[in-house]
Amino acid sequence: MINLETPDYLKNLTSGIHNLAKTVLRPISRKYDEEEHSYPKELDMFRGMQILGRPKKKKKDDETKQEGDGKPKKGINLSTVAVIEEMCWGDAGLLLSIPNAGLGNAAIAAVATDEQMERFGKMWAAMAITEPGAGSDSGAITTTAVLDGDEWVLNGEKIFVTCADRCDCVVVWATVDKKAGKAGIKSFVVEKGRPGFRLEHLEHKLGIRASDTGTFVLDNCRIPKDNILGSPEVKTGTEGFKGVMKTFDNTRPLVAAMATGIARAAVDYLREKIEESGIKLDYSKNPNNVSSIEKEFYLMEAHLEAMRLLTWRAAWMADNEQFNNTEASMSKAKAGRWATLITQKTCELLGPLGFTRDELPEKWMRDSKIMDIFEGTGQIQHLIVARNILELSSKELK
Amino acid sequence: MISFMPSEEQSVMKETLAKLVQNTIKDNAHDMDEKRIIPQEFIAKFRELGTVQSPIPEEYGGFGLAASPIMNTIILEELAAGDMGYAIACTLPSIFINPILECGTDKQKEKYLPALASGECEATLAINEMHFKFDAASPKTTAEKKGGKYILNGEKCYVPLADVAKYFLVAARCENENCLFIVEGGTPGLVIGEREKNLGLNTLSTYKVTFSSCEIPEENKLCGAEGYDRLLQKTRIAMSALGTGVSRASFEYARNYAKERVQFGEPIAHRQAIAFMIAEMAYEVDAMRLMTWKAASALEAGRDAKRESYLAKLYAGEMTMKITDYGVQILGGHGYIREHPVERYYRNGRCIACLEGLAIV
Ligand SMILES: Cc1cc2nc3c(=O)[nH]c(=O)nc-3n(C[C@H](O)[C@H](O)[C@H](O)COP(=O)(O)OP(=O)(O)OC[C@H]3O[C@@H](n4cnc5c(N)ncnc54)[C@H](O)[C@@H]3O)c2cc1C
Repeated sequence: MINLETPDYLKNLTSGIHNLAKTVLRPISRKYDEEEHSYPKELDMFRGMQILGRPKKKKKDDETKQEGDGKPKKGINLSTVAVIEEMCWGDAGLLLSIPNAGLGNAAIAAVATDEQMERFGKMWAAMAITEPGAGSDSGAITTTAVLDGDEWVLNGEKIFVTCADRCDCVVVWATVDKKAGKAGIKSFVVEKGRPGFRLEHLEHKLGIRASDTGTFVLDNCRIPKDNILGSPEVKTGTEGFKGVMKTFDNTRPLVAAMATGIARAAVDYLREKIEESGIKLDYSKNPNNVSSIEKEFYLMEAHLEAMRLLTWRAAWMADNEQFNNTEASMSKAKAGRWATLITQKTCELLGPLGFTRDELPEKWMRDSKIMDIFEGTGQIQHLIVARNILELSSKELK
Repeated sequence: MISFMPSEEQSVMKETLAKLVQNTIKDNAHDMDEKRIIPQEFIAKFRELGTVQSPIPEEYGGFGLAASPIMNTIILEELAAGDMGYAIACTLPSIFINPILECGTDKQKEKYLPALASGECEATLAINEMHFKFDAASPKTTAEKKGGKYILNGEKCYVPLADVAKYFLVAARCENENCLFIVEGGTPGLVIGEREKNLGLNTLSTYKVTFSSCEIPEENKLCGAEGYDRLLQKTRIAMSALGTGVSRASFEYARNYAKERVQFGEPIAHRQAIAFMIAEMAYEVDAMRLMTWKAASALEAGRDAKRESYLAKLYAGEMTMKITDYGVQILGGHGYIREHPVERYYRNGRCIACLEGLAIV
């Protein structure tokens, strides 16, 4: 039965996280925005917190142990998006810098063997898909991996890798067979310190400056044969690649939740200022009979609610094992775009307060912009939604 | 437990209404709009389902089932996806029944509910007023207490089915408070004007209704500010359900059209400029529905939904125009011609932000 009331367990969970965000992240938010590339050591307390990655699938006997702790066993995706929203209300760049909670950790947890889990499970793992010539078109990557005896030899360049400096290892996408196209793309764990693996430089960014983004060069980089994630076999067709892309169905709602968190930070800030100025937001008057600031505020709040609901739906579907490819992209399309618009508008309504680095809104405007770019740009999300809705192939709708 | 999935009962209702719409108005909506009429038997087909009577206690002739705001949003969306005027006309008695159930005295329930439960009469709500900066939160119509009576003065507009309604619920200011009053058709001083000619909702007959020193007995006051506020919440949620319905209709029509219309050698849906509009329509319809459900969930849980209902209606008002505009645009010049329903959706959709209180959950 449809019921969109926020359950008590989520309220309790998020109010705890909200406190953390307020007392731990907010106070250092500006500091690490200014000190780009320095590691926020205050984050050590969060090491290994399950944020971006789902825990490895439990074995049968583990699962029975989980029962009876009072929490719904299945709600992991929903509670994750709720937690991420709170953390990003605190600071999105810092959330992305939580040790051992990289996107690579999620990729490893999803497919690693027990032995690989043993070796890589405790590492901080970044994710390297993007190349200078392959951004949105991730199937076009040209980094190669060739088996040479007991080792893979990797060659190529990976850009825009989140946590490039701080991570212990990187999950690298490379092709083992260029002729096989997307089916030839595999992922490999490359630990820092492997011969031929070099962090080339770190980027200077518009926002999320607390998060380090860098370029790796793989120059005849050698890694052990069993550093490959999943099967080395090149299957015909694109099933394998589609499997990899499916992990985006889990991560896109997470980015949507980040966007929602930043937008909410802006909306909360603005609400405080509006109320301090003596305006009472009463949610009953004709929205065209109130001041322009009030109407804009109500609209922003409405869009914020829409962002969150689309995000929660996508996560809820994943929890209930429903295929959520369309809904995951819908949530990111909406939230990525509107986090940008809401934070822009917040600065506009704040006037001088919205332009100064003494206050955080200008930072949120810069931070939120990335949400419409990484994990698939807004345009790519629209493509995915449109193809699904119109039942068109990627050839028909390019 | 939180859930985004309709129950069996909710799904069955949705399917039933989809069939009903298919079998009644679907192919007639265009003609109905041109002729400005809804065949009575189409309304009767809906009323037979008994959803209007369902929350009325058995002692007054209803089914005594708990009112469900969420179910009501599902009903309104589905009917409005057929025709918004039809959705409003079908469910109109509820706009009188639900507030009576919520704030009526036993005497009021006894007096009004049996006739409404048996379906022998219509009832309506008079809330909108024809003046600049109209605000449902501060109506200009007044009620003055004099002796054992209230005297109503003011002008209302967009009162659905006022020509046949036996009972009117009237929004008026009384002693600095928003109140609802019950006025019976035929009361001296209650004047039903001409049928209105509107931008949209042509199938629905609406009227100007004037109260000039219209005297009603004291016991005809239904509620003060608190009940009035609840009415606003419930009607705002209903308006966003209507917006969701008409937007969905426009989205679905444009989607199907874009797949078939060929220009430059391939379906226009193959172009991103069109496909991206359709993607946006799809998730905005969903967002509107989720906001509607969210607000209705608060009511269903017995909570106040002031903020949620306000935001849902505001959102629906904005998005319905955006989506129905896209609907026309995707059809190009053909979308401008009345043969296609998208221009009708565009006209009808404007009412979500312009008006209040056309339906209730
Ligand atoms: C701060 C930051 C962190 C990042 N972290 C990581 C990371 O950890 N790992 C990783 O692998 N990558 C990461 N990325 C890379 C990110 O995912 C890509 O930048 C993104 O996917 C877009 O690719 P691009 O920059 O090459 O843009 P392009 O693909 O060149 O796109 C340029 C423009 O064209 C549009 N466009 C592209 N294709 C189409 C199409 N078919 N139809 C319509 N429009 C289209 C895009 O929407 C965009 O507006 C990160 C990027 C940044 C900035």
